[in-house]
Amino acid sequence: MSIDLSQFHAVFFEESFEGLELMEATLLELDVNHPDSEQINAIFRAAHSIKGGSGTFGFLPVTEFTHILETLLDKVRDGDQAIDTDGIELFLQSVDCLRGLLESLQAKQDLDTKRAEQLSDVFQAVLDGGAFAGSASLVKTQVNSVEDAANPVPLAGQSSAELAEEAPEVGAVRQQTGFNIYFKPEVTMFKGGNDPVRMLRELAILGQIKTSVDTSELPALQDLVADNCYLSWSIELLTRCKIDDVEEVFEWVEDECELSITPIFEDALRQTMISSQAQLHDLKIKPKVRSEQRLVMPSGPLPELDDLQLPDLLDVPVQAPLNIPEQAPVGDFLVEADTAAVTMSAKAPAKMTTSKTEASSIRVGIDKVDSLINLVGELVITQSMLGQMGSEKEHMTGEHMGNLREGLVQLEQNTRELQDSVMRIRMLPISFTFNRLPRMVRDISLQLGKQVQLELSGESTELDKTVMEKISDPMVHLVRNALDHGIELPSERIASGKAAIGTIVLNAFHQGGSIVIEMTDDGAGIDTERLLAKARKNGLVGASEELTQDQKLELLFTPGLSTLEQVSDLSGRGVGMDVVRRNIQELNGSVEVSSERGVGSTFRIRLPLTLAILDGQLVTVANQIYIFPLVAISESLQIDGAKVNNLAGGSDVYSLRDEYIPILRLDRLFGLRQEVKVLDGSLLVVVESEGQKLGVVVDELLGQQQVVIKSLEDNYIRVVGVSGATILGDGTVAMIVDALGLSNLAVNDLAAAKKMTDAAA
Amino acid sequence: MDIAIKKEVKNLSQHTASLVDRLTQQDFEGQRQYLTFLMQKEEYGVDILNVQEIRGWGNVSPIPNAPKHVSGVINLRGAIVPVIDLRLLFELSACSYDENTVVIVLKVMTETVNRTMGIVVDAVSDVFTLSPADKQQPPNVNQTVSHEFIEGLTEVKGKMVILLDSERILYLEDNP
Repeated sequence: MSIDLSQFHAVFFEESFEGLELMEATLLELDVNHPDSEQINAIFRAAHSIKGGSGTFGFLPVTEFTHILETLLDKVRDGDQAIDTDGIELFLQSVDCLRGLLESLQAKQDLDTKRAEQLSDVFQAVLDGGAFAGSASLVKTQVNSVEDAANPVPLAGQSSAELAEEAPEVGAVRQQTGFNIYFKPEVTMFKGGNDPVRMLRELAILGQIKTSVDTSELPALQDLVADNCYLSWSIELLTRCKIDDVEEVFEWVEDECELSITPIFEDALRQTMISSQAQLHDLKIKPKVRSEQRLVMPSGPLPELDDLQLPDLLDVPVQAPLNIPEQAPVGDFLVEADTAAVTMSAKAPAKMTTSKTEASSIRVGIDKVDSLINLVGELVITQSMLGQMGSEKEHMTGEHMGNLREGLVQLEQNTRELQDSVMRIRMLPISFTFNRLPRMVRDISLQLGKQVQLELSGESTELDKTVMEKISDPMVHLVRNALDHGIELPSERIASGKAAIGTIVLNAFHQGGSIVIEMTDDGAGIDTERLLAKARKNGLVGASEELTQDQKLELLFTPGLSTLEQVSDLSGRGVGMDVVRRNIQELNGSVEVSSERGVGSTFRIRLPLTLAILDGQLVTVANQIYIFPLVAISESLQIDGAKVNNLAGGSDVYSLRDEYIPILRLDRLFGLRQEVKVLDGSLLVVVESEGQKLGVVVDELLGQQQVVIKSLEDNYIRVVGVSGATILGDGTVAMIVDALGLSNLAVNDLAAAKKMTDAAA
Repeated sequence: MDIAIKKEVKNLSQHTASLVDRLTQQDFEGQRQYLTFLMQKEEYGVDILNVQEIRGWGNVSPIPNAPKHVSGVINLRGAIVPVIDLRLLFELSACSYDENTVVIVLKVMTETVNRTMGIVVDAVSDVFTLSPADKQQPPNVNQTVSHEFIEGLTEVKGKMVILLDSERILYLEDNP
């Protein structure tokens, strides 16, 4: 009897990735001076199970690689081989390499075993009597691996063999100068009989070129004129030629194009080579996406187009951006750039498939499943009890009614508990997100030459899986920012009287109905003055406008602002913080920041525990039912007319104990009715949002019930003041009120009212 | 002799087959079916592939601060679906709703989004088939709001039908 082993593949991959995570975490914890044998054992065991599993399933490259890894670990375990920081680096790289192999296997792609072989060679060298210190010079940490620690396949580390091959070429290149050329032909260039490809070809004769094409000006298909040139190129030419020679190439088209030629010198070369790899990557992806879009778009007007034109039109724009850069002699391209591009494009689909499989399964603790089964058992009992009651009694007496009610109460109880348990299945400890961070912090701090210590607490705080997946990237971004901008270099830290080692503290905890994640660093803090200056320069803030400290910090989340003078690989481009905030807001969460110059910054992310269900308070306003999230309500009261005061701007405030809270009229803000409601005696619901209290006038308070949140945005747009909708027991739709949005609405309302009175006057 | 005939027959049958192919292709290529409805005595049509269902008016909850033509949202088997009043969108005279008011539920699917919306109309009228050749561009003179939603004009049984672009109507909330 044969068993289809492939059904176990998913489990194997899941376990292997878990094993790799464990290896990584343990390696990072390992103290090289006093290695704990238990930790080494743990690493060994993880490697061993991967080896065993891959052997069973016939993933030979993985087996071979883990075998040699295991042999080396065995020696370390027995104390035959001392471990040092270089050794740990080597092992970390092998973890990356294994992960790469497994990811390719999972995506059913061809394996790139080159790197595994190189690492194996290094391992073998160590096994043959070398020390790790010897291997250190062979192992090179590449900065690029930091960019995406989870996806480290080909760029992460190049070991001896590859470096040796590359060295002479890089050396030769370094002495050359080159040119950065930006070439944008006029739209009519083809009509004059000139062809940009010819220029590119001539440039290729002068030296090594790398081109990237800008397709952003390509119009939609229906607007495209086939013999117009919409493309422009950025070319990097590595050559010893004089600038005259380069200009000569463009001699014939000088006045038909936008052209800039800037010489580059050897120092800049290495950097530009890296950046152009990134560009090349963009280039490979972009045209593909665009071509797909364009193929889909013209569904409306297409039938009117002349049949003859159609295939031509389809061919031109789709093929052109893809082919032209490749027509330039490929042989002259830098080998390095080429392979990078190839591996990148190969990597993209792999990543996609893995994220898909991640979404498809979830590991649940057996205790949670057990409690579910218990609850379902109880539910069945309640159901049969009610069923019996229903079938036995022909005529209901008072006693029976009592029993029935009791049964219904029990049913409600069961349903609620069941619901809680089901929700809990989706909850995962936040350590799933936190665990990615230590490795990243280590790699980035090494790269930046900073010393950083990462402290995690509250890792067992549970969070909905969907929320978790979406919060992961913003978290990584925040930590990366703290490393790059926040923590200073050791010398600066000592100069300002701090410990050389910076600290980043991540803490997660529950507060009310939400989860709070706090990230604190003891770095330089945020330079609000520079933020303000930059914002003024960009015209975001008027020159005479004065801002409070909070408003200045708020600028951090505006797109296009970065205070860092030097744009680095990591951050400083001014995109990011706005994306972070948007991501968090999409989850109905909020992010706030506090910072003090020289002391550090704290980012506080507040997220709802779950996205699906909330406890709601039903109210009516103008005969419509609205729902307030129960967590937002601090109290409800009847308005005492004497405590209502009118502010100068026309808005009312209510004096609630020792504070004045603004009174918002829901009917007015939502445009429900014209007549003004008398405040005295009506009901006021006091809600709290982001530390601010608001009083909302409602007509009636109805019951409380749990509601399932449905999105309005799926079929409509985001509505200010409403966080979603739900369906009530009778099938009608009711809106869920968003307190934060309400206060924004109120501000706008006031501004609009003021405008109107101004206009009237 | 037999062989020659056979060959001839084969040739002929191939020829007919290719002719039939061409004919059928010509006939059906680009043909679309449209569902028509009435509003203020004018007949409008939408691509029937975009029509999910037709239902009566009922249980519409208003959306705060929505434009005038957005009547509200309904519960369509658990999904929250907005309903827009085409009469108000096209700046025709308003009309009161009752149980006989018809809501056509349109659904547009693209790669990125899936959108469902209901449109309120006076009455549903007919279904007809149209080849691209029978469709005319609307005259480019009136610059009213509704103009951008019109995909073309056609004539069915001597009566003009205004063909609407469902996608434009459903995405109008994105770019007001």
